[in-house]
Amino acid sequence: MAAIEIQGLEKTYSVGFWRKKPKLALRPLNLKVEDGEIFGFLGPNGAGKTTTLKMLMGLVYPTGGTAHILGMELDDPRMKAQIGFLPEQPYFYDYLTGRELLEYYGRLSGVDSKTVSRKASEMLERVGLKDSANVQLRKFSKGMLQRVGIAQAILHGPRVVFFDEPMSGLDPMGRREVRDLMVELKREGKTVFFSTHILSDAEALCDRVAIVHKGELQGVGAVAELTSSVSSRVELIWRGTVVPAALQGLGAECHVTGDTARALIPESSQDAALDALRRERLHLVSVMPVRTSLEDYFVQKLRPAQTMAGSRA
Amino acid sequence: MSSRVFNIAFNTFREAVRDRVLYNLVAFALLMTGAAILVGQISIDIERLVVVNLGLTAVSLFGMVIAIFIGIGLVSKEIEKRTLYTVLSRPVRRWEFIVGKFFGLAGTLIVNSVCMAVGVFAALFYVSRHFQSADGWVLVGLYFIILQFLIVTSLTLLFSSFSSPLLSAVFAFSLFVIGSFSEDLRGFASMTRGISKWLATAAAYLVPNFSALNVISSVAHQNPVSGQLIVYNTAYALFYATMALSGAVLIFERRNLK
Repeated sequence: MAAIEIQGLEKTYSVGFWRKKPKLALRPLNLKVEDGEIFGFLGPNGAGKTTTLKMLMGLVYPTGGTAHILGMELDDPRMKAQIGFLPEQPYFYDYLTGRELLEYYGRLSGVDSKTVSRKASEMLERVGLKDSANVQLRKFSKGMLQRVGIAQAILHGPRVVFFDEPMSGLDPMGRREVRDLMVELKREGKTVFFSTHILSDAEALCDRVAIVHKGELQGVGAVAELTSSVSSRVELIWRGTVVPAALQGLGAECHVTGDTARALIPESSQDAALDALRRERLHLVSVMPVRTSLEDYFVQKLRPAQTMAGSRA
Repeated sequence: MSSRVFNIAFNTFREAVRDRVLYNLVAFALLMTGAAILVGQISIDIERLVVVNLGLTAVSLFGMVIAIFIGIGLVSKEIEKRTLYTVLSRPVRRWEFIVGKFFGLAGTLIVNSVCMAVGVFAALFYVSRHFQSADGWVLVGLYFIILQFLIVTSLTLLFSSFSSPLLSAVFAFSLFVIGSFSEDLRGFASMTRGISKWLATAAAYLVPNFSALNVISSVAHQNPVSGQLIVYNTAYALFYATMALSGAVLIFERRNLK
């Protein structure tokens, strides 16, 4: 059984006061997240990531399609007892202390009153807030709020955890800790579904990713699968400041730094580029294949839409 | 009451306490102390009347201000600050959230009113040096005020489930004022004819009948309150509050939390 199964989920808002106009937030989305995987939901701001998460959490109602989490309907309380959610830029009841907040959420999730206090202590320690357990949240920094947000999402031992932009607002150490925590959750057998626009995080963590743009799914699969579809490139470095004109015709991106020149060219043009350098009697220093990153795939997928939008404007 | 409703209610009460809502008790205590000292010096034989009148009116006004100004933010603030997201993503049904919020604010108002009642009785004892059996009717007056709070709280929740805090405050306050004159509205309806009679009668029955729930003047004069009125008012207030709360739930159930 898939942890999350989304079939044709879509959302259209009505905007305007008198004459309501439909505004598409998410085109029919089909997605399956397997049990125990870390799944990245990627896209630029306004792509429809948060709308999708809100629909899965039952905060926004879809205008079409269905979705199931752990095989149950989205409004099933039994399912909700087995999931955890961290919203984007979370804000919590600032008159509560960290411990009170976790105990409150624990009780709402059905944790019995005997164990809720112990679980709250464990979670505070896990996210590094043990010393601030009795401090009111209004005195917490943004990073501390993010940590307590993560704690409330995993306090009740959920099987599926949803994080909306979990690294936003965190310093490099904080981001590293969140990444480690996600890996730990996976090791514990939990499914992690998180949205982000920080591609390096997704690349480092995810078993599979989906990319959405302007409310439409652009691609889904393992990072290696997706990046393999992007044409590979090679980096050539040679001594001198001369850049052969022939390289420009091969689609190379050339840069000169000091007495060294560098060109990034499609792998298929490698032989022609080397011939051009030989003809000019340039001293070749290195030929290195460039690893295709998720960012390359992302840019390739998003660029046509943006170019079209730009040309329309 | 489910444990989730209780937890939400308790958290709402805790928020009110920590946001220093109960500090109004200090203002009330000063008012009652000042009134008791002043009344003792300037009035003859009507000290009890003045203290009960002033005391219960103050309980009502202080409570109404709290009910309206906290009530309008109960739902909208949670949406605006997105604290609702982490509540409704748990096994909490939307009706449980609304009902929990209602009980939380109602509990705050009851605790506030009971504390104020202690102040009223202390002032009463100060001016007359003894209690009379008729002073018990003050408790009935206080009970009716609490029933009014239940109605106003449910109405503010209803309004805040679909409109902005400012509009909710305007609606709730307007209904409180109109409801306080509902007996006059009924009298006006009986004197008119045609469509205006229908409209006035409909309005008189739709707005909450706060006139029937206001016995401050009567109990200040030590007049007894009939058991029938107590039963009728209790049933009326609970029915009205339940209807308003059901409306709030119905609207909130359909709402997209953008």
